[in-house]
Amino acid sequence: MSIKQISVFLENRPGKLKEMTSVLAAKHIDMRALSIAETKDFGIARLVVDDAYAAINILKEADFVANLTSVLAVAIPDEPGGLDKLLGIFAEASVNIEYMYAFIGGKDVKHAYMIFRVADTKAAEARLAGRGLSIMTQEDIAGI
Amino acid sequence: MERYYQPEIECASREEIRAIQEEKLRAQVRHVYEHVPYYRKKMEAKGVRPEDINTLEDLSKLPFLSKADLREAYPYGLVGVPLKDCVRIQSTSGTTGKRVVAFYTQHDIDLWEDCCARAIVAAGGTNEDVCQISYGYGLFTGGPGLNGGSHKVGCLTVPTSSGNTDRQIMFIMDLSTTILCCTPSYAAYLGERMKELGYGPNDIPLKAGIFGAEAWSEEMRQDIQQTLGIKAYDIYGLTELSGPGVAFECSAQSGMHINEDHFIAEIIDPETEEVLPEGAQGELVFTAIDKEAFPMIRYRTRDICTLTREKCSCGRTHVRMAKPKGRSDDMLIIRGVNVFPSQIETVLLNHGYGANYQIIVDRVNNTDTLDIQVEMTPEMFTDNIGEVADRQRQLVEGLKSMLGIRAKVSLVAPKTIARSEGKAVRVIDKRKI
Repeated sequence: MSIKQISVFLENRPGKLKEMTSVLAAKHIDMRALSIAETKDFGIARLVVDDAYAAINILKEADFVANLTSVLAVAIPDEPGGLDKLLGIFAEASVNIEYMYAFIGGKDVKHAYMIFRVADTKAAEARLAGRGLSIMTQEDIAGI
Repeated sequence: MERYYQPEIECASREEIRAIQEEKLRAQVRHVYEHVPYYRKKMEAKGVRPEDINTLEDLSKLPFLSKADLREAYPYGLVGVPLKDCVRIQSTSGTTGKRVVAFYTQHDIDLWEDCCARAIVAAGGTNEDVCQISYGYGLFTGGPGLNGGSHKVGCLTVPTSSGNTDRQIMFIMDLSTTILCCTPSYAAYLGERMKELGYGPNDIPLKAGIFGAEAWSEEMRQDIQQTLGIKAYDIYGLTELSGPGVAFECSAQSGMHINEDHFIAEIIDPETEEVLPEGAQGELVFTAIDKEAFPMIRYRTRDICTLTREKCSCGRTHVRMAKPKGRSDDMLIIRGVNVFPSQIETVLLNHGYGANYQIIVDRVNNTDTLDIQVEMTPEMFTDNIGEVADRQRQLVEGLKSMLGIRAKVSLVAPKTIARSEGKAVRVIDKRKI
């Protein structure tokens, strides 16, 4: 039960991120989460949106290089120690995290949402199963 | 007083030069016809036989050789002697993956070094001088050629090779180097560094510099002369013909004397391939009449320039060529190294990138910069930034090993490289030379 993240190649220059957000805004794509990794001359924007397939088509039509990646989204209680407990479960299950980012908010004020990129999403899901985690689906994300 | 390394040849009358050239030309054409099947086929295709070539005027009957021929005949197809008689190769970039490999017998190396010795003596060199060779050694002809010439003149030779600027300066100051041989951009860079270190033109022991392997302007010459307190001489050559020393500047600093006892120069129209009269601008073509191992006949240099046989104040009688004004192909000379856009394209494709790229060449603080913008493709993209950065690094390494110089690679968004008439503009050369 993974969700789709969109990764977008961006040159590290003024206005480039806005070019991307403008394209998405024009088509009313609603972002749930955004994280950016960068080197000196380029960056990669990672987004979780309400409709991943619509968003990637829009970006490709606008000549962006973008792809879809499966990531795990987990809802945790928005309280002290919440992430620590979750990472404890990942460690116990020996799931290595390549990168992660987080967001809070939306209609549900009690939860925070953690997005995890792992090497093998399916294997990680299997290892994390039965440990009481609330792993989210694409529909869950769209509904937040 | 003007000094010469081989005055009897360098100041020979035009009639003597013509006699030497015609005699050597006849022998060379016969030799190549008999020993280089590749060229023989070309001659047969044109219906010309060795006995048709008697005077300089007959030269135009012969077929040309070009970089494409070197690629096709690579590596041994144009060698004119058995390999047991060859003692060295030197090499430069080809137009794509294959390099140009030029062969030398001991005789070829001797005449090459003579040419370089003539250049050093023309720049005022004697056996009293300390001559520092800051051209690269190795496959590049700059270092080995001038090194040999310096030995022949009897200079104390300092083979520093290129790079390590502070060490170069240490040798110049500590050994009282009087003649510096390197690319003009490196000379300018050395000058700036020495200025920073507080050395004025009067503190620097150098008196002359022999600078070549890349284009430089008269303004750059003035700059270098002032900063280093020297007289700066141009030198011309190409690996296919031996290396530096095909032509060199004298005290008049007004064009480079072509060593006509070894090379016959022609100027042709690069489109029609017609020979143009003296003084006309066109592509320089050389016939190496004295070389055994790699006997180039009517080799198209792709350099655009003019020739003059007007009397030179230095007393030399050999024809002078002006500084090349440009190229009739797309070759770039960057930090003295030949670079073809097609080589860059080959590396990009080998590394999985597309052929959408742009080469931006500039000269910053008298040093050439090479920037290659490459459009990102879906195939080369992943969400893992470390992986994308690794691929970029591998590309930089691949380019370094193909070109011999380091390029900066910038990954850019698709369709950002300007296209004119649907075709990408491959090269933007911002240098003012």
